[in-house]
Amino acid sequence: MPLISAITSLANPSRFASFADRALPWIAGAAALTFAVALYLALFVAPPDYQQGETVRIMFIHVPSAWLAMFAYVIMAAASLGVLVWRHPIADVSAKAAAPLGAAFTFLALATGSLWGKPMWGTWWVWDARLTSFLILFLMYLGIMALRSALEEPSRAAKACAILTLVGSVNIPIIKFSVDWWNTLHQPASVIRAGKPAMDPSILTPLLVAALAFTLLFTALHLAGMRTELMRRRLRTLRLTAAARPAARLAPEPAR
Amino acid sequence: MQRNRHVPWLQTLPPMTSPIAALLLRDLALARGGGAGLGLVFFLLVVTLTPFAVGPDLALLERIGPAILWLGALLATLLGLDRLMQADHEDGSLDLIHLAPAPLELMVGAKILAHWLTTGLPLVAATPLFGAMLGVAPAATLKVALALLIGTPAIACLGAIGAALTVGLRKGGLLAPVMILPLAIPVLIFGVAASDPAGDGFGPMGVLAGLALGYAALGPFAAAAALRLLRD
Repeated sequence: MPLISAITSLANPSRFASFADRALPWIAGAAALTFAVALYLALFVAPPDYQQGETVRIMFIHVPSAWLAMFAYVIMAAASLGVLVWRHPIADVSAKAAAPLGAAFTFLALATGSLWGKPMWGTWWVWDARLTSFLILFLMYLGIMALRSALEEPSRAAKACAILTLVGSVNIPIIKFSVDWWNTLHQPASVIRAGKPAMDPSILTPLLVAALAFTLLFTALHLAGMRTELMRRRLRTLRLTAAARPAARLAPEPAR
Repeated sequence: MQRNRHVPWLQTLPPMTSPIAALLLRDLALARGGGAGLGLVFFLLVVTLTPFAVGPDLALLERIGPAILWLGALLATLLGLDRLMQADHEDGSLDLIHLAPAPLELMVGAKILAHWLTTGLPLVAATPLFGAMLGVAPAATLKVALALLIGTPAIACLGAIGAALTVGLRKGGLLAPVMILPLAIPVLIFGVAASDPAGDGFGPMGVLAGLALGYAALGPFAAAAALRLLRD
């Protein structure tokens, strides 16, 4: 119960802003530290793959990016429910801040995958199920951001983007389904599967540390983005109220 | 009575019995004035342009024919979308649709049905002819037509969501396809798979039908929710 009331108390925008102010340095610091550890483990400790050689190290960037690319969409979908069901302003702030981050991580996953694909498959790009579904995810992020930028009125933009996000979340199971349906070049998911992971601990540990680092980075960036968005909205309200006021009170005439 | 001469079966319905039938008849009557034929001409143009793009090689055209037919149908269905809700928004009929004594979801469903009857169905009917022009074998063409018959309603339902979200926007014309085309990719994938003359096509056809039913359930609700935003 105290945990729930602690979380719901953050729904107040100004309380959330002060929480973000206090938490942000810590989360960012933790992200930097974990990144240092993760990079050390990934670049120096993890053994090169017997088949793929040193290129396997791309995985430590590629896989966490891909996880976060989907994680960001899950956050947006949850926030969209918050917008439509509880009509909460913070939920929309969260959805808006997560969209560019999700797009960036999707792009990172696509770009590192492409760099990895060149030595492994001999080509920068293949129309494989997983690559293609990530490209679709990227396009979905761009569509949501385009809709957001086309709508000027914030409350309508919030609900319209929430509807589009939820409609798009129908596509996420189809992404998963498409992997099983084509299952061509890309290896199937190998960390989370029934039984034990099909990955050696010497590679799995750096990967999980890297995933933690990326998640902390995402949290820090998301919090910073939400804080900025809250300030932007407060500024907009101030401007609107200032514009509604009589001009004389804003800019008084110099005393004669 | 003159209004419905192109859809004779509709005359058997009692005129204006329900707001839903009224909206359906109105949209069909409006589409008769133009627009419905235009999508078909666009489809024909896509089919005509393909040989210029890839060369007049009939063997190649036969191989990529189903894909071309699907792409053409997909684009042609999305073309008419910018007017689907926007025209009603501009002349105020959207407000009347809101006030109608029927659930908004059903009214939107009627609009989608009318949109599909006037843009999707003609494409399905023209597919055998256009398939023959691309050198696709008759049996394969019928398969494409069947797949389009199942798949185009799904695209129309998705398109209605895009149209409803972009009502009243200056950039709406390009925005709706940008939002909707990524979501329509599964329909395209399974539509083309179901059209594959070599495959048995039953499995993909079933998935396509499932997608169509799913989007038919999702589309009216999402589009109606988007239309309600305009009134808040």
